[in-house]
Amino acid sequence: MFEQTSRYSSTVDSAMLYITVISVLMLLLITVAMIYFVIKYRASKNPIPTQYHGNVAIEVTWIIIPTLLVMSMFYYGYKDFSDLRNTEKFDEEYFVTAKMWNWDFKYENGTVTDTLFVPVGKTLKFNITSLDVLHSFYIPAFRIKEDAVPGSNGFVVITPEKTGEYDIACAEYCGLNHWNMYKKFIVMEQDEYYAWVESQGGKDKEEVNTTEEKSAESDSNEMSENKEN
Amino acid sequence: MNNTTNTNYTNFYQVKTKHKGLLAWLLTTDHKRIGIMYLISILSFFLVGLTFAFLMRLEMLTPGPTIVDAQTYNSFFTLHGMIMVFLFIIPGIPAVFGNFFLPLQIGAEDVAFPRLNLFSYHLYLTGAFLALYSLIFQTHIDTGWTFYVPYSLRTGTDVTLPLMAAFILGFSSILTGLNFVTTCHRMRVKGMKMFEMPLFTWALYSTAWIQVVATPIIGITIVLVLLERSFGFGIFDPTIGGDPVLYQHLFWIYSHPAVYIMAIPAFGVISDIIATFSRKSVFGYKVMAYSTIAIAFIGYVVWAHHMFTSGMSDTARTVFSFLTFFVAIPTGVKVFNWVATLWRGTIVLSSPMLMALSAIFLFSIGGLTGLHLGSISTDIHLHDTYFVIAHFHYVIIGGILSMFIAAMHFWFPKMFGKMHNEKVAKIGVVLYFIGANVLYFPMFIMGYMGMPRRYFDYLPEFQIYHVISTVGSWILIASILLMFTNLLIAIFKGKPVGSNPWGAKTLEWTMPSPPPLLNFIETPVPSHDPYDYHGHDERNFEDVKYIENKENDIINQENS
Repeated sequence: MFEQTSRYSSTVDSAMLYITVISVLMLLLITVAMIYFVIKYRASKNPIPTQYHGNVAIEVTWIIIPTLLVMSMFYYGYKDFSDLRNTEKFDEEYFVTAKMWNWDFKYENGTVTDTLFVPVGKTLKFNITSLDVLHSFYIPAFRIKEDAVPGSNGFVVITPEKTGEYDIACAEYCGLNHWNMYKKFIVMEQDEYYAWVESQGGKDKEEVNTTEEKSAESDSNEMSENKEN
Repeated sequence: MNNTTNTNYTNFYQVKTKHKGLLAWLLTTDHKRIGIMYLISILSFFLVGLTFAFLMRLEMLTPGPTIVDAQTYNSFFTLHGMIMVFLFIIPGIPAVFGNFFLPLQIGAEDVAFPRLNLFSYHLYLTGAFLALYSLIFQTHIDTGWTFYVPYSLRTGTDVTLPLMAAFILGFSSILTGLNFVTTCHRMRVKGMKMFEMPLFTWALYSTAWIQVVATPIIGITIVLVLLERSFGFGIFDPTIGGDPVLYQHLFWIYSHPAVYIMAIPAFGVISDIIATFSRKSVFGYKVMAYSTIAIAFIGYVVWAHHMFTSGMSDTARTVFSFLTFFVAIPTGVKVFNWVATLWRGTIVLSSPMLMALSAIFLFSIGGLTGLHLGSISTDIHLHDTYFVIAHFHYVIIGGILSMFIAAMHFWFPKMFGKMHNEKVAKIGVVLYFIGANVLYFPMFIMGYMGMPRRYFDYLPEFQIYHVISTVGSWILIASILLMFTNLLIAIFKGKPVGSNPWGAKTLEWTMPSPPPLLNFIETPVPSHDPYDYHGHDERNFEDVKYIENKENDIINQENS
């Protein structure tokens, strides 16, 4: 599950690792000190406490060091986020529409499907909106999520680097079947993808549907057969 | 305090008033009785919320329907969230222990506005019953406790009554805050400066400011939702020209500071308990007081970190991520200062102390995982997954509920004049610690693997974590019931105690237990250090307690 699917997913994971390592160290420091003090200064061994009201140098130290650490965490998160939002250049654009409780994925040529097919190694922009209530377009394997807000458009930009079949989930509570909005996100080889998308040429969902369901159920090897349809 | 020479002692339970029976409680203006009433009501609602938590975890044991269907599960998490947030954890420590101990800690006879205090309680009770009635008997509300629009505007379930209930509860909170701020400024005993108040009082003071300033926003938001639902005002619903993200802003402008309404009083309890059982002044007292205010203040300007994926502008996301990290600093300072207080102290491992130490550990996990959620890129992945659930339950169960329970044990002898069974309490604390970790730690892993929250069903790869988590919920619930039963038994069968069984230094321990009606038999003389342990020797401590016990007995004999 922690597999890398794009440069972005690995930068998120390294930010995650960075914050986790610092957190674990902090936690260890606090816990070890706490246990050590509790044992060393237990009432039976140390019945007379030493009154000690504080120390400015120490306080300043543990204000400044954490400040620097958290600022570095902010920087990491911010830097990766800028990649996700970089719309200067993208190769393919998709229009993702959520509704209770389904997704429509529209391609630039007008095709609409309910499984999302994309080419590997291309920069993709997903425009996300909703027809009714809030939903959230979440692909865990790519570490991306953006709310689908009715009446406005959100977007994310990613570049998949590995072919395969991934899950799309809804991450914003939207009622009865919120849990049942899982769809497939299928990253294909480029030539395979372009042949497929051309063959679909503007078909809407109903026409494409049979192909979709077959391919969603079958593994990606069989996809090459589908594109011939 | 007008009868300083009178040693006759009738505790506040025995006092005769013009009303009898239940009315003597429901119409009292005595802050201690109001505190006890809050304790009973809040714990009852807590047990209801706990039941829903238990049922939710049971449902999550296996994929697919286990005990209920999706609609009922959606109601469960809504009920659990609403009850725990609005009826238990927000009023929680301030309403119970703040009411009871704020006046005692600053040497006052009562809060500044005792009648207003009673009114707050009645508002709370009205709001609570309205909420429970509407939630459980009238409608199976399924919006989640956040009431996000447009779903809450469209759902077939009726949200009007629960929203009214939240509105009323908000007023209860505002009035309590107003009362506490005034009490801290105007009612301190002669000779006590602001920076000589115990840190629990400081915590209540900062919390009270948040209650007064932030709560009206949720009131306004609720009114707007009701106007939109009933009369079709286009405020939040995009189909009639509104903006759903605006709702989230307004909601979190209150609900994020509300996190600090929950947490800051718990910090105050930790400070008091750590100081008492280390027999030392809190390390860096002033820094602790300032950091409390700093958390309260910074807490206002970080609300949109709940909305990094909501579709607001990139600039806003960046700014709010940046600001969010500043909350970590005063919070970190507190944790470091607590640990430093232990240094060269005289550590007495009583049950409240054990709970406070475990709370420092659990709360630190909750706080540190807050860093993962404050950083934008990691939050985008983790937002609305089980990671978030684990994070805030480590904070709330590990840091706040645990301190509510620790406060129950710490102040129990003062409130009831009896001592509970410490051995059972300590077993409870250890079980609680284990239960909380087994219950919530797997959720971090699940969340990172991409398990979204509020899911009735899940992919098979998550099951093992759900099973571990559900087993943890049983351990945690068992420990809570064990500790509550232990205390309940002690009310009737506990050993009577003197005025100061723990050897604490703050003013609430200078009067007999339970306290007399107007609290102090003699006007207390505050020390310049609220935790003045100069010259303390633990070996002499038992004797001090013994003498005080005898004094108390004499007073009681004279009385009877």
